[in-house]
Amino acid sequence: MAAVVVLLIALAAIGGLYSAVAPTGQAKADETAQSLTITEGQRLYSVGCASCHGTGGQGTSDGPSLVGVGAAAVDFQVATGRMPAATSQGAQIPKKKNIYSQAEIDQLAAYIASLGTGPSVPTEEQYDPDGADIAKGGELFRTNCAQCHNFTGKGGALTHGKFAPDLEGVDPKHIYEAMQTGPQNMPSFPDTTLSEKNKKDIIAYLDAVNSEDTVEPGGLGLGGLGPVSEGLFAWIFGLGALIAVAVWVAARTAKAKKS
Amino acid sequence: MSSQDIPEKNLPAAQETEHGAVGVADEQNPFADPGLPPHEHRVQDIDEQAAKRSERAVALMFTLSMVATVAFIVSYVAIPHDKAIYVFPIGHLNALNFALGLSLGLALFLIGAGAVHWARTLMSDEELVDERHAISAPPEVKAKVLADFRQGAKESAIGRRKLVRNTMFGALALFPLSGVMLLRDLGPLPGTKLRHTLWSKGKLLVNMNTNEPLRPSDVVVGSLTFAKPEGLEEHDHEFQTEIAKAALMIVRIQPDDIKDKRELEWSHEGIVAYSKICTHVGCPISLYEQQTHHVLCPCHQSTFDLSDGARVIFGPAGHALPQLRIGVNDEGYLEALGDFSEPVGPSFWERG
Repeated sequence: MAAVVVLLIALAAIGGLYSAVAPTGQAKADETAQSLTITEGQRLYSVGCASCHGTGGQGTSDGPSLVGVGAAAVDFQVATGRMPAATSQGAQIPKKKNIYSQAEIDQLAAYIASLGTGPSVPTEEQYDPDGADIAKGGELFRTNCAQCHNFTGKGGALTHGKFAPDLEGVDPKHIYEAMQTGPQNMPSFPDTTLSEKNKKDIIAYLDAVNSEDTVEPGGLGLGGLGPVSEGLFAWIFGLGALIAVAVWVAARTAKAKKS
Repeated sequence: MSSQDIPEKNLPAAQETEHGAVGVADEQNPFADPGLPPHEHRVQDIDEQAAKRSERAVALMFTLSMVATVAFIVSYVAIPHDKAIYVFPIGHLNALNFALGLSLGLALFLIGAGAVHWARTLMSDEELVDERHAISAPPEVKAKVLADFRQGAKESAIGRRKLVRNTMFGALALFPLSGVMLLRDLGPLPGTKLRHTLWSKGKLLVNMNTNEPLRPSDVVVGSLTFAKPEGLEEHDHEFQTEIAKAALMIVRIQPDDIKDKRELEWSHEGIVAYSKICTHVGCPISLYEQQTHHVLCPCHQSTFDLSDGARVIFGPAGHALPQLRIGVNDEGYLEALGDFSEPVGPSFWERG
């Protein structure tokens, strides 16, 4: 009996201590609005996500647990249209048209973030490439990213039909979130191993080498694969054109026939 | 150029039919040499005005080639190297490279096109027969050459003055040795270099991105980090040589998901450190899939399972990736507990 009483007192003490010390996260004034957002998010979640990720985000055989993935993961997955996925079958879930408004995504993110702490959505100054070190970004990209996404972020193949997507035209915010959260089979690059500044440099590098107004030094980029694809192109189309010209020259007679 | 617009007086009166025939096929000789077909004239051969037009066309091509070469020089001088232009189907590209490539290509192409047009329209197109003869020399020439050789050998006294002959053979035999000696520069043999890397007991694992030593809390489950041994800096003379052997790939796997007992033992709370060098031909290998824990080599698709001792599950690699045994030092940093237990990178004969 005494043991039970001690246990109860200890539990009460720890609970009290926890509620006193635990981070509140938001100022008191925001609390009502915040919980309203979370409620809205939960409503959206139960319509669009719960069938695979479970009613409380605990995960099922069709989808992983979302506890602790953070708001950044939700913002990335939903805003790029990867979630909600049509099916969990197939090699990997592709990017598609996003059907949620940014406000709805924020509500979903708030709900998921309330399930467990995880990376939050980056602010614009975190991912804005202005003033970042492009050369350093290139070095970091080649060390950490180029093995899958290709030297200039054009994407590449992985095992069993999986692939690393082309990064052209991807919102810098989503690139930042992908590095932070590691969607699907991509490993994550948390701030502890790839600092905020590093991430910004990488985004600036991609903006310089793989955007719509990137200046290609040699004209056609040919997928940025380097000398192999360029050599193949020269052999097939360059030599092909020369052979076609030779055939055309030889097929026309210079003789003056009176017909 | 059709034959319709050639004035009648310029056309040849009639073509000779039996031009050059040397035999007629019949019962005895079914494969008689038919000789050359009758020669047909080109417009330019019979119409001087057409020939003039061809001459002007060839000259125009050569002149345009000159213009293109001048354009090459002018663009080299005049276009700033960082100027960009937009060319419709290709997109934004470097103006200088585009101008240089275009002008150089045109200059060469027009020389070739001019030469081809010249040869086809203006140079003689009469077919000629060139008789072949036996290759071997007549017997009297052969006899004279042999006699000259014998006389030369006699006059040089190579058979009589044996000292000269033998020392000459000696000199000629020894001379190639200097070339053989230079082959030593291919060595020296690597010794034990293939078996050792910079890793040793107590060396900290330094993050390649931040150049800071790693703590276990920095490496979260599902992340991928690259590390180098403490003390190796990028501007070091030996950096490339050393990092080619010492490069590490660090991932964290839930300890329950690690199937290999030794891997778990050599990890720190699920943080495992593997060589980044493929055991097939030594490509840097780091296409890590965090859900399957597979690592794919981009060169020949060797695939390793990092949750099962990095064993090869696909592709030509012959060995599992070597694992580095790691722990945590007193200050809470990740450190190596020794060198790799086996040689990193591709196999070699004496690897064992």
